[in-house]
Amino acid sequence: MAIFRMLKCIQRSFSKVACNRIRICIVGSGPAGFYTAEKILKAHGGAEVDIIDRLPTPFGLVRSGVAPDHPETKIVTNQFSRVANDGRCSFFGNVLLGSSISLSELRAMYNAVVLAYGAESDRVLGIPGEGLAGIYSAREFVWWYNGHPDCSSLSPDLKSTDTAVILGQGNVALDVARVLLRPLEELATTDIACHALAALQESNIRKVYLVGRRGPAQAACTAKELREILGIKGLRIHIQEADLRISTEEEVELKSNRIRRRVYELLSKAATSSPNNLTSHQRDLHFVFFRRPDIFLESKDRSGHVAGVHFEKTIVKDTDSGMQMAVGTEQFEDLKCGLVLKSIGYKSIPVEGVPFEPHKGTVPNVGGRVLNDVKGDFIEFEKGLYVCGWLKRGPTGIIATNHHCAEETVANIIEDINEGVISSSISLPGREGLLQLLANKNVNVVPFSAWGKVDAEEKTRGSLKNKPREKLTTWKELLRVALG
Amino acid sequence: MYISKFSKQFSQLAARALGSQLKAPLTSAPRTSCAYLPRNHDFFPLQHGAFFSTTAANASEEGNEEKQKISVTFVDKDGEEQNIKVPLGTSMLEAAHENDIELEGACEGSLACSTCHVIVMDMEYYNKLEEPTDEENDMLDLAFGLTETSRLGCQVIAKPELDGIRLAIPAASRNMAVDGYKPKPH
Repeated sequence: MAIFRMLKCIQRSFSKVACNRIRICIVGSGPAGFYTAEKILKAHGGAEVDIIDRLPTPFGLVRSGVAPDHPETKIVTNQFSRVANDGRCSFFGNVLLGSSISLSELRAMYNAVVLAYGAESDRVLGIPGEGLAGIYSAREFVWWYNGHPDCSSLSPDLKSTDTAVILGQGNVALDVARVLLRPLEELATTDIACHALAALQESNIRKVYLVGRRGPAQAACTAKELREILGIKGLRIHIQEADLRISTEEEVELKSNRIRRRVYELLSKAATSSPNNLTSHQRDLHFVFFRRPDIFLESKDRSGHVAGVHFEKTIVKDTDSGMQMAVGTEQFEDLKCGLVLKSIGYKSIPVEGVPFEPHKGTVPNVGGRVLNDVKGDFIEFEKGLYVCGWLKRGPTGIIATNHHCAEETVANIIEDINEGVISSSISLPGREGLLQLLANKNVNVVPFSAWGKVDAEEKTRGSLKNKPREKLTTWKELLRVALG
Repeated sequence: MYISKFSKQFSQLAARALGSQLKAPLTSAPRTSCAYLPRNHDFFPLQHGAFFSTTAANASEEGNEEKQKISVTFVDKDGEEQNIKVPLGTSMLEAAHENDIELEGACEGSLACSTCHVIVMDMEYYNKLEEPTDEENDMLDLAFGLTETSRLGCQVIAKPELDGIRLAIPAASRNMAVDGYKPKPH
């Protein structure tokens, strides 16, 4: 076996040496970016990979999206750090595509550019009152409690109301509900941002409504997150048993859909079981199904502030495409609340020079190759331009989804290298060119070693508070520690 | 699975030599030579740590050294087979990484992802495993290409009855643009 391993090793190193140098830039250092980098480095021994990110910190949503009470999910950063420390890989933070550098500049310097910058905006409902104070997107709220420097001053008011309505029933909705409802002492030892912990300490939110347009057979969350929230200490769960009745069609679908079936079973069990270990700090979680937000209601006492949501009751109908859609019944119902979190989906932001499908919020692509034009049967690709992650397939899925997603994009990059679509014979400025250009523009690049300083500082501050880390939450502080 | 006495002993020696090398810098690995990574102290320890701690005593084959290991074959997505010896009590995820077998392990065995998904190739062996816990099933929900005999590699722990088990690493590639994207209805 040892000999076999050795042979394999020698074989590998030979195939690497034989390759020409290929310079690839990845935009975005979340899971999609890092999995892409890892797979390129593995697949092509001559590849030199640079990852740029607009933040001074790497790891994208692993840092600013994954809930603070899910530390196990963040372990993947160990793997990503090993990729960043590979001799053929570099990370350059604080570099914003479209501002620090344009896409055309980037494409001129690298053999290939992979866009993996995710989805940093939100879907909107487009209903009256959406601009009222007290209404946030779940993304902003998540960024706030995770210490993202763009939302550290969000300061949602958790004191003036005891009720929050969360629109959506996916995992992000469950995350924000859990953060609002979980006993504080359980959050205090996580890497939650200190401003969020302080606000939650003073929070008067006792009642949370998780509202979905469709029924429990269509709930978008997964069993793990649901099981977790159902098990919160001192939390009373409310589910209308009538909502759990399902049609024959739904029954058939649940049989073939393992995730939905298990979620449905958990909800059914929770609806009938008696509350466990309720304490004096009792809080309530209501699962509300078959409700579509119609209008946000403005407070009479506090002008400009939300006071509730006007919902239309729905029924679920099968569409021609086999999807179950919520259809309005023209019956309405109000829910009073002082805080609304819209968890109805993320949306990517286009960047100049890239085709974009505004409706889907993705870059048109086939297997990660960016489409330039489609004329009948003739498909034209943007040479040397690729996408991965949410920008490629829309904002769904888990971290591991990006592993498969990157595998596909990288397989196509390698194919394009082998077929000469991407030429490795031309010598391009790559990393040196990028750094020169950024220096000329006075951009303070944050390399991976500088992130190491932030990382160490955060861990030191965290250890004083029995937290895994105390995140630096402002641009100023992040850059001061990184570049100091 | 036929393995000659010679190659068995040889691979054991090699594995032991390798193991001791890799073990050296690790101080916190609980029981096995979790060689692929220094464990991060910020996070929870392996959850399967307590499983099968007595199975070594029940082994009944050949010499002392033989008792400690079972034969496991990994079959990768191209159908290429690799046979390894796995010490009792070691998870298939750890074993794969110690032997340079490409099995993802994003959460390093803390039951928080589905990346170490393996398919037990024979039902007979699958039935010898403990039932998956709710927590493992929650993660299997999210695994690509789930089958009736799917398990997480981090939750399959070497025990004598599993000697000869064959594990397929599922093919990851699928066309995400076509079947991976589920548009949300609005």
